[in-house]
Amino acid sequence: MTVYLVRRLIQALFVVLAMSVIVFVGVFAIGDPVEILISPDADQLERERAVAALGLDLPLWHQYLVFLGNALQGDLGRSFVFNEPALKLILQRMPATLELAFGAMFISILVGLPLGLYAGLRPNSPASKTIMAGSILGFSLPTFWVGLMLIMVFAVQLGWLPSTGRGETCSVLGFLGVQPCGAGLQWSFLTVDGLAHMAMPALNLALFKISLVIRLTRAGVRETMLMDYVKFARAKGLSPARVTFVHVFKNILIPVVTVVGLELGSTIAFSVVTESVFAWPGMGKLIIDSINVLDRPVIVAYLMIIVLMFITINLIVDLTYSMLDPRVRLETKGA
Amino acid sequence: MRAGRDAAGFPEFLPVTNAPTLEVRNLRTHFFTRAGVVKAVDDVSFSVERGKVLGLVGESGSGKTVTGFSILGLVDPPGRVTGGQILFQGRDLAKISEEEMRDLRGNRIAMIFQDPMMTLNPVLRIDTQMIETVLAHKKVSREEARQRARDTLGMVGIPSPDERLKSYPHQFSGGMRQRVAIAIALLHEPELIVADEPTTALDVTIQGQILAEVQKLAQTTGTSLIWITHDLSVVAGLADDVAVMYAGRIVEKGAVSDVLDHPLHPYTAGLIGSVPSRNKRGEPLRQIPGMTPSLLNLPPGCAFRSRCPRAAEACMAEPEIREILPGREARCFLPLTAAAEQAA
Amino acid sequence: MSQAVMNGAAPAAPRKDKVETPFRRFVSEFAESKVALGGLVVFTAIALVAIFASVIAPQNPYDLAQLDIMDGRMEPGTVGGAGFTYWLGTDDQGRDMLSGIMYGLRISLMVGAGSAFIACVVGASLGLLAAYAGKRTDTVIMRLVDLQLSFPSILVALMILAFLGKGIMNVVIALVIVEWAYYARTVRGTALVERRREYIEAAQCLALPTHRILFRHLLPNCLPPLIVVATMQVARAIALEATLSFLGLGVPITEPSLGLLIANGYEYMLSGKYWISFYPGIALLITIVSINLVGDQLRDVLNPRLKK
Ligand SMILES: Nc1ncnc2c1ncn2[C@@H]1O[C@H](COP(=O)(O)OP(=O)(O)OP(=O)(O)O)[C@@H](O)[C@H]1O
Ligand code: SF4
Ligand SMILES: [Mg+2]
Repeated sequence: MTVYLVRRLIQALFVVLAMSVIVFVGVFAIGDPVEILISPDADQLERERAVAALGLDLPLWHQYLVFLGNALQGDLGRSFVFNEPALKLILQRMPATLELAFGAMFISILVGLPLGLYAGLRPNSPASKTIMAGSILGFSLPTFWVGLMLIMVFAVQLGWLPSTGRGETCSVLGFLGVQPCGAGLQWSFLTVDGLAHMAMPALNLALFKISLVIRLTRAGVRETMLMDYVKFARAKGLSPARVTFVHVFKNILIPVVTVVGLELGSTIAFSVVTESVFAWPGMGKLIIDSINVLDRPVIVAYLMIIVLMFITINLIVDLTYSMLDPRVRLETKGA
Repeated sequence: MRAGRDAAGFPEFLPVTNAPTLEVRNLRTHFFTRAGVVKAVDDVSFSVERGKVLGLVGESGSGKTVTGFSILGLVDPPGRVTGGQILFQGRDLAKISEEEMRDLRGNRIAMIFQDPMMTLNPVLRIDTQMIETVLAHKKVSREEARQRARDTLGMVGIPSPDERLKSYPHQFSGGMRQRVAIAIALLHEPELIVADEPTTALDVTIQGQILAEVQKLAQTTGTSLIWITHDLSVVAGLADDVAVMYAGRIVEKGAVSDVLDHPLHPYTAGLIGSVPSRNKRGEPLRQIPGMTPSLLNLPPGCAFRSRCPRAAEACMAEPEIREILPGREARCFLPLTAAAEQAA
Repeated sequence: MSQAVMNGAAPAAPRKDKVETPFRRFVSEFAESKVALGGLVVFTAIALVAIFASVIAPQNPYDLAQLDIMDGRMEPGTVGGAGFTYWLGTDDQGRDMLSGIMYGLRISLMVGAGSAFIACVVGASLGLLAAYAGKRTDTVIMRLVDLQLSFPSILVALMILAFLGKGIMNVVIALVIVEWAYYARTVRGTALVERRREYIEAAQCLALPTHRILFRHLLPNCLPPLIVVATMQVARAIALEATLSFLGLGVPITEPSLGLLIANGYEYMLSGKYWISFYPGIALLITIVSINLVGDQLRDVLNPRLKK
């Protein structure tokens, strides 16, 4: 177990390093950083001084080491636009994105599990066929388009929900003892107005995951229904409800929840689109704005944080998976 | 000539009623697959009396498990019980509602499955799986249900049942799991247990222990048993009566000693001939040539015809099961009566 | 499916006189699904509209001389100053939406199909190489594939466009980088199986040059799964391109794809002028769904093992 853990950690470290090289080279070496970093009005002397000060006259590998050293100290550069540390900017917007992502994952399970269960139990009913057709659409339709349709119907035509923004937020001081913005973290899901603002974006972001959960659940139900232990449960005279919700459902829940957990990273990545559609002030909207104005330090910081997040999530999921399933648990104990 | 149970030292203290616990008449269970109709159980009749053990024997795919599932109403689509009666204490199980059937399942009729590694739900603890069975049929507190589970586990020979109740199935060996499954079957002291090759997957010593325990339990509680197996030696040691199945039909039935000593049907004879035993030492083991026919679109005539050493012109027609000697039935035009008559 | 098989059995008699070639069988199996056939018809129509956009569109939406700013944001069905009806309305520049969509389709399809094609060539070659060369080459290529696939497509595309900036070429490059891994994985998987077959061994015994074995013998047998993946990837590429363009990271404003048309109409949608965004969106939807329907049936026909 420990050997496995150490090996996974080393692997993860390598991926982070590789990604940092790619991001660094990609952002700072393609195109002329002098153009970007130094005011175009500066004269030749000023330029040279600035180049020296920024270390741009050093060889590329040396520059990378400087970048890496700073990054390790939590310094990913200052935003040209906001003139603030890039890392701080991103951390400020992280709660909004996380809130949206978790909301979406919650919705995907809440909606996807029952639908998938139904489709698995009655695979030939018209309702199940509709559900499955819907899940194909959920997979193939671009998220932003569905987001627009949601806005058109629920905000513009019906006027039920606000179309953009985060609404009223509620500040929770020192949540978990972390205070990256100096003040408390702002959460939308704690106010009614915030929830109303969150409903559509979260649903939009959840769409792909709902389809995923439906498919996984349906496949799981169909597979589990054929198991001897389900028939045995029926042979014991249990009610259909108990057979379905305890014997079948519990077996499916673990893999489905694991996969959804594994999808946290991609949910955060895809929130870029949803946040832009609904003007949700999270990290995703920040990165799009930053790319559009070429605010490179923010771009680098975002990419590095996302990569780090991804690798951490994969690591955690790998490790916790073994703890969730009693069968795997025994094997890991034995090993 | 058959040594009765009482003679073997078991007091016949239970009241004896003449009505059998279970009587199956002309049962048909067919699977309507894309490729065609699979007649997994076709015109099967037998009965089991109170406290008696019926051995249901046959090769793989002969329809034994499907017969068991039919009795418990557990045949799933594309399968369906298409005809016949399943009279349990006089009630026809083929006609009652699913709710009524559920009341009986696990309560008055229990089943033990073939593969002990697959019958217990891997993600639920043993206590959950036992207590839910108690609570499904009895209005008792959880604590009482747990008590019952613990007692029953002890009864089937599981040491320190209190601890064991808190375990997951994967922490048990195959033999232990089958004991748990048997304990679950015994929770409500049912009138009938369908045991589907419960010991086949276990090693011989464990098999012997379990057989002995089940036999004892059946006798003390008056439970009737249908013991499905393809192992004739198990039948010889355990059953009172035996029914031999071939290709979805019963080809021979009668008292164990009669059938095993002097089989009437060539298939039964073949089965017995292929079992190694002490008094046949030195003789070559005889295999039944050929393979079980596909139950999909069986050709007309006797289903055993292509493999039967006695097959003749007459066998192109379909034999009916009939009483050939008193108390002995077989489905064959040319039964092996000579030896049997001599013995009788 | 079984229904379709049964239906397929009926017209078997008149078909008898024709020779049953693999291609003909493929066609008839494909046609068993009416939905897929419908998808194919719709997609063909869309492709034709896109190809001949400059001929059939009522207006050249990028010829400023043809635009009349007075016709801006007209509702669908209005007759404009130029004398013809704007069936799908106009955008803020007075551009006929129907013409805009036809031209936009052209860009979307071009970028989607082009990137899918390049990714297919690159990915299939690398996949073949991995399967044929084995050992280190295989390990390196498959590690890259795994790494690539462990990040969501949108993130990879975003990263690349952040490096390269906007532009049709850059979008194509980003899409190729996002997609190649799927082709590589598919081809390698099939090729590994095919490699062990006798005909490859025979070819090797004949000492045929490697490239000949790879492209003349190995590749044709990897084609069926490749075609399936390619069809699905075209739809994905079109969707991703639309997303990137909607985010303002994709194609330039001078050559708007459907995604950019939708983005342009977005601000007007909130004030009820839905058509500027809505109709390009519908065009995008129909395109993606029709390709997916075709791809689904192709998967069932060409690769029954993949069937779920
Ligand atoms: N769901 C099903 N669909 C189609 N045919 C089935 C189905 N279940 C069982 N059968 C058929 O019914 C026949 C009898 O099966 P059954 O499981 O009862 O055999 P068995 O006597 O218990 O054999 P074994 O000793 O291997 O357990 C087999 O030929 C099988 O193909
Ligand atoms: S009926 Fe004929 S073929 Fe069938 S078992 Fe009897 S002798 Fe053999
Ligand atoms: Mg069986």
